[in-house]
Amino acid sequence: MLKTLTLVGLVGLGAMAAAHAQTPQRGGTLNFTAPYGSSFATLDPHAMVTIQDEIFASAIHRSLYRWDTTKNEPVLELASEVTASPDRRVFTYKLLTNAVFHHGKPLTADDVIWSYQRIATASNAFPGARHVAAIAGAADFASGKATTISGLRKIDDHTLEITFTQPTNPGFTLMRGSMAILPSDIAGRPEFATRPVGLGPFRFVEHVPGSQGVVARFDRYYKEGRPFLDRVNIVIMGDASARDVAFRNREIDASILGPSQYQAYSADPNLSKHMIEVAEVFTRNIGFNNTFGPFTDRRVRQAINHAINGPLIVQRLARNKAYPAVSWLPISSPPFDKNAAPYAYDPAKARALLAEAGYPNGFEFEVNATPNESWGVPIVEAIIPMLAQVGIKVRPRPVESAVHSEYVIKGEFQAYIWSNTTGPDPLQALQCFHSQTPASACNYTRFRSPEFDKLFDAARAEPDPAKQTELLRQANNLIQQEAPVWFFNYNKAVMAYQPWVHGIQPNATEQALQNYEEIWIDANAPASRR
Amino acid sequence: MLRFTIRRLLQMIPTVITVALLIFIIFSVVPGSFAASMMADGRMDADPALMERMNREFGLDKPLYERFGQYLYDIARFDLGTSFRTRLPVTHMINERVWASLKLAIAAMLFAAVIGVPLGFIAALRPGSIFDTATMIGAVSGLSMPQFWLGLLLMYLFALQLGWLPSFGYGDGGFMHLILPAITLGLTPLALLARTTRAGVLDVLNADYIRTAHSKGMSNQKVVRWHVARNALVLIVTTIGLQFGSLMGAAVVIEKLFSWPGIGSLLVDSVAVRDIPTVQGTILVIVLWFLVINTLIDLVYAAIDPRIKQG
Repeated sequence: MLKTLTLVGLVGLGAMAAAHAQTPQRGGTLNFTAPYGSSFATLDPHAMVTIQDEIFASAIHRSLYRWDTTKNEPVLELASEVTASPDRRVFTYKLLTNAVFHHGKPLTADDVIWSYQRIATASNAFPGARHVAAIAGAADFASGKATTISGLRKIDDHTLEITFTQPTNPGFTLMRGSMAILPSDIAGRPEFATRPVGLGPFRFVEHVPGSQGVVARFDRYYKEGRPFLDRVNIVIMGDASARDVAFRNREIDASILGPSQYQAYSADPNLSKHMIEVAEVFTRNIGFNNTFGPFTDRRVRQAINHAINGPLIVQRLARNKAYPAVSWLPISSPPFDKNAAPYAYDPAKARALLAEAGYPNGFEFEVNATPNESWGVPIVEAIIPMLAQVGIKVRPRPVESAVHSEYVIKGEFQAYIWSNTTGPDPLQALQCFHSQTPASACNYTRFRSPEFDKLFDAARAEPDPAKQTELLRQANNLIQQEAPVWFFNYNKAVMAYQPWVHGIQPNATEQALQNYEEIWIDANAPASRR
Repeated sequence: MLRFTIRRLLQMIPTVITVALLIFIIFSVVPGSFAASMMADGRMDADPALMERMNREFGLDKPLYERFGQYLYDIARFDLGTSFRTRLPVTHMINERVWASLKLAIAAMLFAAVIGVPLGFIAALRPGSIFDTATMIGAVSGLSMPQFWLGLLLMYLFALQLGWLPSFGYGDGGFMHLILPAITLGLTPLALLARTTRAGVLDVLNADYIRTAHSKGMSNQKVVRWHVARNALVLIVTTIGLQFGSLMGAAVVIEKLFSWPGIGSLLVDSVAVRDIPTVQGTILVIVLWFLVINTLIDLVYAAIDPRIKQG
């Protein structure tokens, strides 16, 4: 009897300890890393162009929507409810009544209108202007023909109506960090650029340019019990080797891994227990200039897809830190066809297709490429012998990254290798293949297909989300068949975190963007962080 | 001495103007633009309307001569323009970072001089000894070792294995965070100083006046202190000056590796995205730093050897 009671007691204690380990604990400091460069360019969220800036800004600011990593879709953030008109052009938002900016001002509809008008103001040249452009009257406002955006209507302090120019899912654009809602009373002031104020779970404390940004818990945050952490230090660490040392030395709590680190951490029995992997919405590809001789023929483009052993390159060069691509849209995208098969590695079929297209002896082309290890010169060098087997001679044309995008936009290429965003909005991702989309926007390959245009236009006009997804699935499959690019891989983002860190989320839009309010640390953290 | 100082300061002006002109020309002709660089990582689709708007707002749609005129006019007013990337005045950004760079450069140079010069001196006084051989092997290793690799090695040893020092960051600006980056940055000048000092001292030791001093019965200690050290000093000061001047530019890799908030990492980031006003401003500051250090060194020469100012 005593033995049984002891056993029951021990089991009970064990269960309590396990439950305690999973119960979020308040307090402590998280040392997070910003891995993309050696500085934050700006603290003004409307001026942000890089993820690096957003990693810091996302602790301080909030937008009308946010990306839900569990549902894998945008969800309301600063509004308690939204009603949409049947044609999905007019949306009425009930804004949160308990949302307060860090300086004490409550959120109102005026702040939303002011923020969107600030973004759309032409002289500001903010990158989010393209997203506001979808709101009715934004074009007139930007060109100076109107003093306000007519599609933004305040019904009362906490009710806002937004009218869009076409049927839309506004979450995809209004969730972006560059669409943050700022306090209309102070955000225009010069000091705001160095001491930002937002609605987020953490308030700004300090920015040491080139080194780190520090935020502390905002006690009047609108979500009960959030955030858990007292403080987040966001350390700028662009070098993967330095991050590796700091992580192993327990100086940082979470770190994005490069291919080399991924391999090493996966092989380590301790480190591999605390890694999170996610298929991000970026498709690495070689884009073919569809106006360049051989590439005008679909069979040539298909032949290249058959001639390259993509999975082998993913395995050997990307060290499995990528998923072989099937089509343009990534795995996490709702229209992605799970039954679609990737192009099989089949040099014989490639040769046959080339012969059919009138290139039995192959041809020669060059690929613009940056030094990037995952989607640059090293990859082009790897495909040289594979394409040589079918008679195609490839030359890498090394270019610097800022020049690379300029050459692509201007059409100064035969082919280019790049990593392009293909989500989370499938409509926006596929729009890049519409014949009406200029090459200077994102139709970099100069692709044209009346069949695709028809499918895409039907999808864009379709108010029913399920039907729209089906149309987009067909459009994506058509792109796969047409092969305007070589479908290389989808990025596998990997984040390692310390055993005392909890609440890290798999974010397909960008793994380095974490919702800090959900993260907490337990009692096993080093004393400096508790 | 005053005339010499004024002459040296005036000589800086044409150098600064030439450098400003060169920087402007280079960044006007190289391909790439800030607007295009926003799409470089492929995370953002190109937006022709935004690119046009940015080029207009940043004045990049104006003719080259007009932009150059504006640039010179702004420099004359000590206005380095506004960063495309941060939208803050470039002077503000440089001011935020230049002190951390100076701190790192001074610490690295102190480390190099305090260790490198005595090592070279002692090695020269005992040529062919084990100490001399070991010092020269160390110096050659220090010169040939890539700074990036050395930084990682020091991080691994002192942060990860021994746990004595933080592996990265500026912290509160305290000494502990400074040690690893300063040693990494200072090792190359240390090695160079050790070699140059040794060569300089050996050269002086073989001079006729040293033999004369010895033959006159002067003690070895006095010969070294009054003749060898003083005469070798010109070469040592030259090396210190050149190395000190170039440290701010050389710190780029170290700053990035250790997350040190200096001017070097600002320059690298700005070049990558074609943030032209920041690039121009940062390079100008680095050039000015180099010129000021060299002018100071010239003044020190003049103090050590009065024949120099007469020349």
